Amino acid sequence: MRFIIGLAILILGSTGGEIAITYGMKSVGEPARLRPLAVLQFLGRAVRNGWFWAGVPLMALSFYALLVLLSWEPISLVIPASALSYVAGTFGAKFILGEDVSAARWAGVILVCIGVALVAAG
Amino acid sequence: MPSEARLRVKTLVMVLAMVVCANVGDLLLKRGMTQIGAVELTAQGVAHAFRLTVTNATVWLAILFLIGFMVSYMTVLSWADYSYVMPAGAFGYAVLTLLAVVFLHESVSPRRWFGVVLICVGVLLVGQTKPRTTEVPTEVVA
Repeated sequence: MRFIIGLAILILGSTGGEIAITYGMKSVGEPARLRPLAVLQFLGRAVRNGWFWAGVPLMALSFYALLVLLSWEPISLVIPASALSYVAGTFGAKFILGEDVSAARWAGVILVCIGVALVAAG
Repeated sequence: MPSEARLRVKTLVMVLAMVVCANVGDLLLKRGMTQIGAVELTAQGVAHAFRLTVTNATVWLAILFLIGFMVSYMTVLSWADYSYVMPAGAFGYAVLTLLAVVFLHESVSPRRWFGVVLICVGVLLVGQTKPRTTEVPTEVVA
């Protein structure tokens, strides 16, 4: 049971954090050009965005959950299980960020999720 | 270049930058921490390891690459879908496996190879979808 709760915190933390950062970056707007000065100006605006700072502690929480899980269970279980965050992230992208996730993208995400689990399991 | 093709190219370039920076950063961090040696888990041991870490050039180079990863990740998310960038970034696992075989001569189990193939097919499937499906504001050139 504690494994399930830890895994849920790990996945929801990383997905929630990345979705908050994506939302922040979208509201900041892309750099005018991909030149160093324009990217620096973009980063300056990004770190003044509240969503960015909402995302960072969530990702830190997820990292802490990962460390705790690794102290309970073998790495060959923890890392493959954390690949579920690809599926959670896609649900978040669809229902929170309003992205259009086509059938091809879903199929790709599921293959990536299984593939990462297999690679991580060794 | 038409805007659709331009969007696809710059997204792929940034995802590639993400994957390269994350992998090189992790490898350098591993090398730097190996140079430092196993950290003793006492107040004195951790303080000693901290001093060695902040004066280790390899660790700083690793941090630079990991900052490069974060910057390219944030930049690409300012225009591309999260559901596009996130699975595409998993391509790094496939690259890491190939690097381990070619440079470190590690043996890779059939299960892991099957995983690499699934990741590559998955990334190709995601890669041929539209990188952006939502409207995003574009910064006005001042």
